Amino acid sequence: MRVCGRVLTLATVAAACLLAEPAPSLAVDSQFVGLMPYRTGPYAPNGIPFADGVADYLQLINVRDGGINGVPISTEECDTSYNTDRGVECYERLKNKGATGSAAFIPLSTGITYALIERAAVDKVPLLTTGYGRTAGGDGRVFPYVFTLPDSYWSGADVAITYVAQQMGGFDKLKGKKIAFVYHDSPYGKEPIPVFEALAAKYGFQLSNFPVAHPGLEQKAVWLRIGRQLRPDWTIMWGWGVMNSTAIKEAAAVGYNMEHFLGVWWSGAEPDVIPAGDAAKGYKALAFHAPGADFKVIQDVEKFLYAAGKGTGDKNNVGTVLYNRGIFNSVVLVEAIRNAMNKFGNKPMTGEQIQWGFENLDMTSEKLASLGLAGFMQPFKITCADHEASVPVRVQQWDGKQWTFVSDWIQPDRSLIRPMIEAAAEQYAKEKNITPRDCK
Amino acid sequence: MEGFLSDIFIAPFVSMWEYPVFLVEVLVGGLLVGVMYSLVALGFVLIFKASGVFNFAQGAMVLFAALFFAGFLEAGMPVWLALGASAVVMVALAIVTERVVLRPLVNQPPIVLFMATIGLTFFLDGFGQMIWGSDIKVIDIGIPKEPLEIHGVLINSFDIVAGVTAGLLVAGLALFFHYTKIGRALRAVADDHQAALSVGIPLQSIWVIVWSVAGLVALVAGIMWGSSLGVQFSLALVALKALPVLILGGFTSIPGAIVGGLIIGASEKIGEVYWGPALGGAIEDWHAYMIAMVFLLFRPQGLFGEKIIERV
Repeated sequence: MRVCGRVLTLATVAAACLLAEPAPSLAVDSQFVGLMPYRTGPYAPNGIPFADGVADYLQLINVRDGGINGVPISTEECDTSYNTDRGVECYERLKNKGATGSAAFIPLSTGITYALIERAAVDKVPLLTTGYGRTAGGDGRVFPYVFTLPDSYWSGADVAITYVAQQMGGFDKLKGKKIAFVYHDSPYGKEPIPVFEALAAKYGFQLSNFPVAHPGLEQKAVWLRIGRQLRPDWTIMWGWGVMNSTAIKEAAAVGYNMEHFLGVWWSGAEPDVIPAGDAAKGYKALAFHAPGADFKVIQDVEKFLYAAGKGTGDKNNVGTVLYNRGIFNSVVLVEAIRNAMNKFGNKPMTGEQIQWGFENLDMTSEKLASLGLAGFMQPFKITCADHEASVPVRVQQWDGKQWTFVSDWIQPDRSLIRPMIEAAAEQYAKEKNITPRDCK
Repeated sequence: MEGFLSDIFIAPFVSMWEYPVFLVEVLVGGLLVGVMYSLVALGFVLIFKASGVFNFAQGAMVLFAALFFAGFLEAGMPVWLALGASAVVMVALAIVTERVVLRPLVNQPPIVLFMATIGLTFFLDGFGQMIWGSDIKVIDIGIPKEPLEIHGVLINSFDIVAGVTAGLLVAGLALFFHYTKIGRALRAVADDHQAALSVGIPLQSIWVIVWSVAGLVALVAGIMWGSSLGVQFSLALVALKALPVLILGGFTSIPGAIVGGLIIGASEKIGEVYWGPALGGAIEDWHAYMIAMVFLLFRPQGLFGEKIIERV
């Protein structure tokens, strides 16, 4: 009887396997995209809306357009929990899946990006690190498979100081002023320090650095030093996850003026301010794209996915800062793949072909508008040598309910940043014995 | 090198001397944060005291309790009902843990029970978030958060409320342990399992009670930490803050958890503020463990822990 039962169970399982719809990731005629989100772990509240935005746009392309140039997209997620070792494991697991391997990777972690740069170059898989990662990756001659578009941390640091100068009445007013820099004590947080130091030397302000240990649960000592001892004119933050909301609360607890507290674009989303409650009112952050749902592409997501029950996550996240950034990442990836298909034919593309697609991206205002992103951000163009573009950035402010822009678009100082990027890339090339590509 | 030595051995003391009010602010801030660490450490102590099990899942229990409390509030329950319902959940968790995890492992070496609590940690982390999601939840039960200036010393009113809460909790636990029948039974089990069993104290019921009490302590810690940070996965990591407190205070002493918390809280803040700049900053995490380990050199059982003497 027991044997009969087991046979019956096995038969049922086998039948279910045969009848089951084939998983999209197994389709040989689809363009495979390996996704590396973090929906678990201490940074999940920030990772989830971003991951939902990435997945929703890819799904939208399938549902609304029937794929990219008729080639459907298939995906598979591997959760990294923001751990570098797990990120490398996910990369290795996904890179060869699908007909042509993963189209690209979006690690959403500077640590994981650093760990993957050499592997991606060998495997010829693009790394799309929008607004994070290794800043020197903006030099495409040395880093052909890294794309830091539309802005690097160094551009962000430059814009932050420019905004502070604007608020004080000019760069000459920075002389002798005190600026505190609070950062996540990781490769991510340390990345902009060279630019802040260069700008401090140039304009004569006093820069004081305050590292915060991962994950940033306890910052009382740091904020006592800032708010009660140093009393800086401005404070700039490079935080992530719980560090951001804790910093805002602790800043309020020592009576620090929120109007003079400015975060990078990874410290300016809803999960960063909502837990801080009223204390977060007035807090500012950089932004290279707009928040909100007033964009055709977001309305399409609501219409084609959420109204049809096909959305990836919580509908309340649609239109939030990190969700929109996820959408932007997928838009860039899809357009790079489309570029490649326009040149190499409508079939699944290899990483090398998609790298060509990235290097020929020209996101004009008309192009952005045609993608449903009119007014979302400034236009940008990627080339063989320039993988960053360095688009203008705005400052947004939290009013207790929503983010609103409080500055015009501020152009990063390319004459300062680009030579630093090229010098850092040349240094890397020397260390790794890389001969830079000729992009002329 | 000379500058570094000066930053370590001279500058901090000069700064303390020149700005005594700031020193008091750092000290008071540290002591009040230490109380928050003690809240988490208490749960560890209760279970270790009564069962000899180092409950690795205490941090996860804090998150689990806070998730339910915040979830019930979001569902529209009034605070008192959410508190009661969350307490029921934690007691139910204690019963299930005793039946499913502890009872099958009776008479197994402590390391086996410790490993089981590691498994319980992952289960609670995953199960709690599966039910309530991974988004940040806000707990706002009206605790004031405005900074107060008392005689020029800045103190956060939230920290004062946390300190008073922890004080009441410790007083309540002390009364419970000393003046109730169950408390005396718990102490008997803590002193000697076999002797307690021989006089008819039911070990399994005691385990349920002690895990329930630890669950309620986790609920209080979860509400306080959740009010401060928002309820999110990171809350489970506050357990890491309690470990040096336990090492310092001893694993079996409730007053030890409090005094250990105060010492760790104050010393890590003073270390970060006065010695952090010379050492590159962000030292408070490892600084706390370093202090605990220095204590271990002189008192391996911790400040208030029981000295174990085994004859050969």
